[in-house]
Amino acid sequence: MSVDTLPKTAAPPAGNMSRLAFRMRDYGIVAALVIIVIALSVSTDTFLTTGNIVNLLDQTAVIGLLATGATICIISGVFDLTASATLALSAIIGVQVGRVTDVYVGMLAAVVAGALLGFVTGTVVVRSGVNSFVGTLATSMVYRGLAVMVTGGAIVYPLTGAAETFGMLTWPSLFGLTSATIMFVVVVGVLAVVVARTTFGRRLYAVGGNAEAARLSGIRVGSIHVTAFMISGVCSALAGLILASRAGSAQSTMATGTELTAIAAAVVGGTSILGGEGAVWRAIVGALLLTLIGNGFNLLGWDTIYQQVLQGLLILFAVTMDRWLRKRTR
Amino acid sequence: MSSRKAPSIAVRGVGKSYSGVTVLHDIDLDIAPGEVHGLVGENGAGKSTLLKILGGAIRADAGTLSFDGEQVTVGSPRDAIGHGISLISQEGALVPALSVLDNVFLARWSHRGGLVSARADRKRLAGLLETTGFTVDPDERVDRLPIGVQQQVEILRSLARGAQVIAMDEPTAVLAEHEKENLLALIRKLAAGGTTIILVSHFLEEVLSVADRITVLRDGALIRTQKASETSPRELVGHMVGREIDVLYPDPRPVPDGAPVMLAARGLKRGLVNGVGLEVRAGEILGIAGLVGSGRTETLRLLFGADRPVEGVVEVDGAELAQPTPRAAMAAGVALVPESRKEQGLVMQRSVAENVALSSLSGRRAGPFVRRPAEKKAVGEIAKSVDIRAADPEAAIETLSGGNQQKALFAKWLLRKPKVLLIDEPTRGVDVAAKTQIHHLITGLAADGMAVVCVSSEIEELLALSHRVLVLRHGEPVGEYPRGTTPEVVIAAAFGSDEGEPS
Repeated sequence: MSVDTLPKTAAPPAGNMSRLAFRMRDYGIVAALVIIVIALSVSTDTFLTTGNIVNLLDQTAVIGLLATGATICIISGVFDLTASATLALSAIIGVQVGRVTDVYVGMLAAVVAGALLGFVTGTVVVRSGVNSFVGTLATSMVYRGLAVMVTGGAIVYPLTGAAETFGMLTWPSLFGLTSATIMFVVVVGVLAVVVARTTFGRRLYAVGGNAEAARLSGIRVGSIHVTAFMISGVCSALAGLILASRAGSAQSTMATGTELTAIAAAVVGGTSILGGEGAVWRAIVGALLLTLIGNGFNLLGWDTIYQQVLQGLLILFAVTMDRWLRKRTR
Repeated sequence: MSSRKAPSIAVRGVGKSYSGVTVLHDIDLDIAPGEVHGLVGENGAGKSTLLKILGGAIRADAGTLSFDGEQVTVGSPRDAIGHGISLISQEGALVPALSVLDNVFLARWSHRGGLVSARADRKRLAGLLETTGFTVDPDERVDRLPIGVQQQVEILRSLARGAQVIAMDEPTAVLAEHEKENLLALIRKLAAGGTTIILVSHFLEEVLSVADRITVLRDGALIRTQKASETSPRELVGHMVGREIDVLYPDPRPVPDGAPVMLAARGLKRGLVNGVGLEVRAGEILGIAGLVGSGRTETLRLLFGADRPVEGVVEVDGAELAQPTPRAAMAAGVALVPESRKEQGLVMQRSVAENVALSSLSGRRAGPFVRRPAEKKAVGEIAKSVDIRAADPEAAIETLSGGNQQKALFAKWLLRKPKVLLIDEPTRGVDVAAKTQIHHLITGLAADGMAVVCVSSEIEELLALSHRVLVLRHGEPVGEYPRGTTPEVVIAAAFGSDEGEPS
């Protein structure tokens, strides 16, 4: 084809200030994390102990998994408010199936249940065309209700003989980290690669950024959304297993409200709630930040009464910075 | 109108940059009270940015503004309103669910003892309507009004706020012909009454007809300011692109004899579209002309399966489409460059490379993974061949100019090597240089054997590029014209000879 070549207009040199602002927008949250880590290392002698690090990562596992699921949904342009209800229901299913088969089958059943519940949530949102925020809010009430129905409101336990095996996720494993931490790292690592390197990942961002453009590019928008919800469902189920394994039981009121903490972690990490932008590593940074604050309060002996206030302020600070930097760089 | 006199405006050394890219550089400009001042330039020249700085919508990084010799800070739209400047932006700034009355006096309602006094506002509005000669129902919700009338509401609001300077960004772009005339007449009237008007427009004839002086911007720099009476469209275009250019269209190569029919449609029906049929051969460019609302865009969407036809069939290369969906059409070798880049074409916050790669991801994968080196190569090659000018292919596509975005949209589809290319408004919102490139691209693709269907509201463009032009009226084909037909004949057919007037 013949195209006229025209003289290139030279791009003006980039200003250092705005380049800095640009980097700040991308990696400012990592800097914040590093600063808190350094501050805690300097101000306490307990922070950098093996025991505390193991404990910290173990605590991050649950919220990190949920935040990863939330991030993947948000990138694709939907919210999943069923996360904690899916967590409870699949953990209960895991325990109950474990009672009639064995613990491993039960755990597998929990993960399958998480995926299925995610599939249902996704299908409901896609088929009904209702805004995902409202659609998943309603679905989550149904799931919580089912959890109450299945358990009759009682706490469910694995069989007495299987109780020790059921606690396996709390066992120490590689590098002295808990099995829960290892599972968390592996799952999140895999998902990070899926989002960043696969064609599915590319479509995920496109659907979240502009669903109509994605559809006209031949992308099945509905199935991308359903898949996002299924991934979130599996993340929730795994988080549920960690909690149940720790507690040695499951119940219908498990982890109530953590779906919002997960979204908060995603947002603190720097994923835009408008969709089409974000990354799995950001979910982890966000989850670590929120967990670190709690850890810091413990280590410094501060009154935990103020912990929530500080977390809330941190979230506000993070989103305000994000907005401010975006405004400056665009 | 206002009793205050419009200030003389002095802009000195104003600059602005985003992410290190300078969009406005060291602008010096004086605007006299009561002057109509035109700002022209290609897309990305910085016209809207300058206007927004004056209107307080964005802040300049450098330079000063003075009104009547006094340096002022215009940090927000509120500041600007305080100084008597009102900005009427492209996007519009009305509250859709409120009435005309409430919008005109938005946040400046008359009140008595804390309660809004609608009666006082009504009286003020009646006065404004009389001055402007508009006829608007004060109680109608603005989202029920045609776009031209919505714009009148914005002008009324500017006047109600006592604006002595009204800055308008592409005010006529959305207006029908007779509405344009009315607006230009009003601009003259306001200026005669002492109001300063700053007008950004792509339509040079229009600016020339109404402005006292015209400033040309190019690549963020002020090229020159001169009296409208002392220049011509040709000279202005010359300043805009940096050299005198002929708006010359490339000629499409004749369709080879015996070229096979690549795209055929019969009896397409849905909504506006009522029984459209067409045939396009390999190497042929078919233009579709018609007024807004004639079903041009809708026909293209039906051909691509973007909307599902209620009736009718689409055949590609002799085979009927399995399903009327974009996926099936794409699989058969059809591509659609849609009407709106921002809404239907591109994922604005993603990178140039990701956007270009999006529709052909499956062709470059290893299992579930994107083959990144292959992608980089494919995107690099196609970007070069359509001449996308992006400093960094990883930059968000929204940072590119309209012309480069449009080229990226073409590139995205060309990577699929389609047999049939459907193009809706190939050069909307694209600067002059890129426009010519896109024209060459289209005729080049047809010469290589692609079947092209093109919709454009620029009739000259359509007639110059097409081998044949199909005219639609009210969703029905009303005639087909060979190459060489004059615009008058096609426009007459689009309007309908029995009607004569736009309906």
